[in-house]
Amino acid sequence: MSSFIFRRLILMVPTLFMISLISFIIIELPPGDYMTSYIANRMAMGDDVRQDEIDALVKQYGLDQPAPVRYTKWLGNVMQGNFGFSFEWQLPVSDLIWERLGLTVVVAFAALIFSWIVGLVIGIFSAVYQYSIGDYIFTALSFVGLGTPNFMLALIMMWVALAYFGTNISGLFSPEFIDQPWSFAKFGDMLKHLWAPAIIVGTAGSAGLVRTMRANLLDELSKPYVETGRAKGLNEMRLVFKYPTRVALNPFVSTMGWALPQLVSGSIIVSVVLSLPTTGPLLLRALLTQDMYLASSFLLMLSTLTIIGTLISDIMLALLDPRIRMGG
Amino acid sequence: MSADQSLSGQTQTTTEPSAAATGDLLGADVEDTDTYLSVEEDEERIYIATPLQMMWWRFIKHKMAIAGGIVVILLYLIAIFAEFLAPYNPETYEVALTYAPPQRLHFFHNGEFQGTPFVYGLTQARNPDTLRMEFQIDETVRYPIRFWVEGDSYKLWGVIPNSRHLFGIGEPIYDASAGEAAETSFSTIFLLGADKLGRDMFTRIIYGSRISLSIGLIGVALSFVFGVVLGGISGFYGGVIDVLIQRIIEFIRSVPSIPLWMALSASLPQDWSNIRVYFGITIILSLIGWTFLARAVRGRFLSMREEEFILAARFAGAGEMRIILRHMVPSFFSHLIASATLAVPAMILSETSLSFLGLGLRPPTISWGVLLQESQNLRSVALAPWLLLPGVFVIITVLALNFFGDGLRDAADPYH
Repeated sequence: MSSFIFRRLILMVPTLFMISLISFIIIELPPGDYMTSYIANRMAMGDDVRQDEIDALVKQYGLDQPAPVRYTKWLGNVMQGNFGFSFEWQLPVSDLIWERLGLTVVVAFAALIFSWIVGLVIGIFSAVYQYSIGDYIFTALSFVGLGTPNFMLALIMMWVALAYFGTNISGLFSPEFIDQPWSFAKFGDMLKHLWAPAIIVGTAGSAGLVRTMRANLLDELSKPYVETGRAKGLNEMRLVFKYPTRVALNPFVSTMGWALPQLVSGSIIVSVVLSLPTTGPLLLRALLTQDMYLASSFLLMLSTLTIIGTLISDIMLALLDPRIRMGG
Repeated sequence: MSADQSLSGQTQTTTEPSAAATGDLLGADVEDTDTYLSVEEDEERIYIATPLQMMWWRFIKHKMAIAGGIVVILLYLIAIFAEFLAPYNPETYEVALTYAPPQRLHFFHNGEFQGTPFVYGLTQARNPDTLRMEFQIDETVRYPIRFWVEGDSYKLWGVIPNSRHLFGIGEPIYDASAGEAAETSFSTIFLLGADKLGRDMFTRIIYGSRISLSIGLIGVALSFVFGVVLGGISGFYGGVIDVLIQRIIEFIRSVPSIPLWMALSASLPQDWSNIRVYFGITIILSLIGWTFLARAVRGRFLSMREEEFILAARFAGAGEMRIILRHMVPSFFSHLIASATLAVPAMILSETSLSFLGLGLRPPTISWGVLLQESQNLRSVALAPWLLLPGVFVIITVLALNFFGDGLRDAADPYH
């Protein structure tokens, strides 16, 4: 097992390297460097920017050096937790991102749990009562769920909540908690708001899981051992849950690897619509104002977290299924 | 999986009666030779069918796939003839008609059937409670629908000047009881309401379909090229190149795509023209989309390398290029087309999401995502829920393409 984990960790290195490279390219991509836009901004505000101040800034950020040198310097800083400086917020990037990243993980995790529960319950139901009315309804719903963009679902839910129930489902905290430090009360308040984003982000994933769970369990239920069990008079509940369900469960863990990037992607857009205090709105703003250190740090950390999540799911899968850890 | 069923269903219907028929034949029942012959014809029909015919027979067994295919064709026809089908020009505006509600089509007036459908006039009045101007339907004035009417002039496909539209409204018909308000009612036909500037949503959605649907096609065509070339190289040569390309694919798939897309499209220069932004976005979307097709191509190449007919071609002295182009590609091309069809909806969804966030296409370009930008403001959605309608079109398109693609894939490759 430890050799499996070790091998996977080694494989992560080139991936992380590529992520860092892309994040760096994102910083460099906008036409003109951020210094020019920063200076232009200050000029526009009526500030007088002296030439020696510009030179000092250019030197401080190493803009006079070639790209590979700048990359290694930037990477070295990132390794030490120094992500650079947000020109828009006038704050170090690391002050801005951690809480938002944490909340993004919370939302993605809640969405994952939601899609697992829905996928499990409805998938088993649809397989056991194949071709029943409920099966048809859930099948139709899961197709619609797969076809609906996340943000569309968010908009519709917000509109329905506002127009018919008079409530606002945006945000992750009640107003009185927003600027409070973390406490149990604040945590409880967050849990009260978490259901809406969890449902919205998790819907597409759960629709897919329902489809796989149903197909897998149907395959399993038509096998001779199930028939034998039934012939021996085994209780139908026990018959379904004892082995077939457990065998059919494998995709839940194995699809987590590719479900995670989708969940994170989905939570970005949904959090913009619902204005959640997660990565989404800030990333969008940073990109629109070309605050590139902030934007690329988000990209870097989101990708890294996704890779780590995928690693964890791979390890879980290997624990569950010996074929993978032996063969891998 | 449904194709397996349909295929086995097909063989069953042909083999079962033939077994019965042979039994009857042994019993020398002369009357039943008819069925025997027809069964033989039926079997022969399958033996001599070309692969394309077989595909077509399998495909038409999927009711949902056919329905999806019809909807897809209709949508693309709408996109092609947008100028003619839309009753207005997309930029025709009337500020007084801000957020005008959808006008329903009616057939009956005061319980009498009118022969041609019509809409009632819209008037404005101030709500005494909220003091806001509100639209009211004035049932004393009717605007009958006329076909092939003269309207805003346009250039079909940017070339053919014309001013005929498929439908529009004719001269108003007033009731005897029509008051002064009826005279000043707006003579419009807004089937799906109006937006912030009083532009017809129906027209704009139709024009938006042009960009939204074409970006899916062009994006997939681009990813198709990337995917087939890289997947082909990967699967055919194997070795180090294969490992490298597979690592790149795994990497791209393990990174959350939306933030990456957002970052890339945000770095498109602001001063680019609309057409350049359009192609820029398409390229960015296909930079990630190609991985799925590459995987499919590679898998096919790997499994096919071992097939006897490839070995036979090699023994017969065929060159590598000839083997690939003459023997391998035709045998999995239909499968590739199906995979490409299934990639279109993802492309459309991505464009819609990016444009919705303001990082993709920008007004005055009209796409469904751009139209949905207006619904970002919850207050306007509460006031005018029809702003969400472009999203309904997105959902319909994605569903139709999914069903159509599923059917195609099952028909192309029943044993997948």
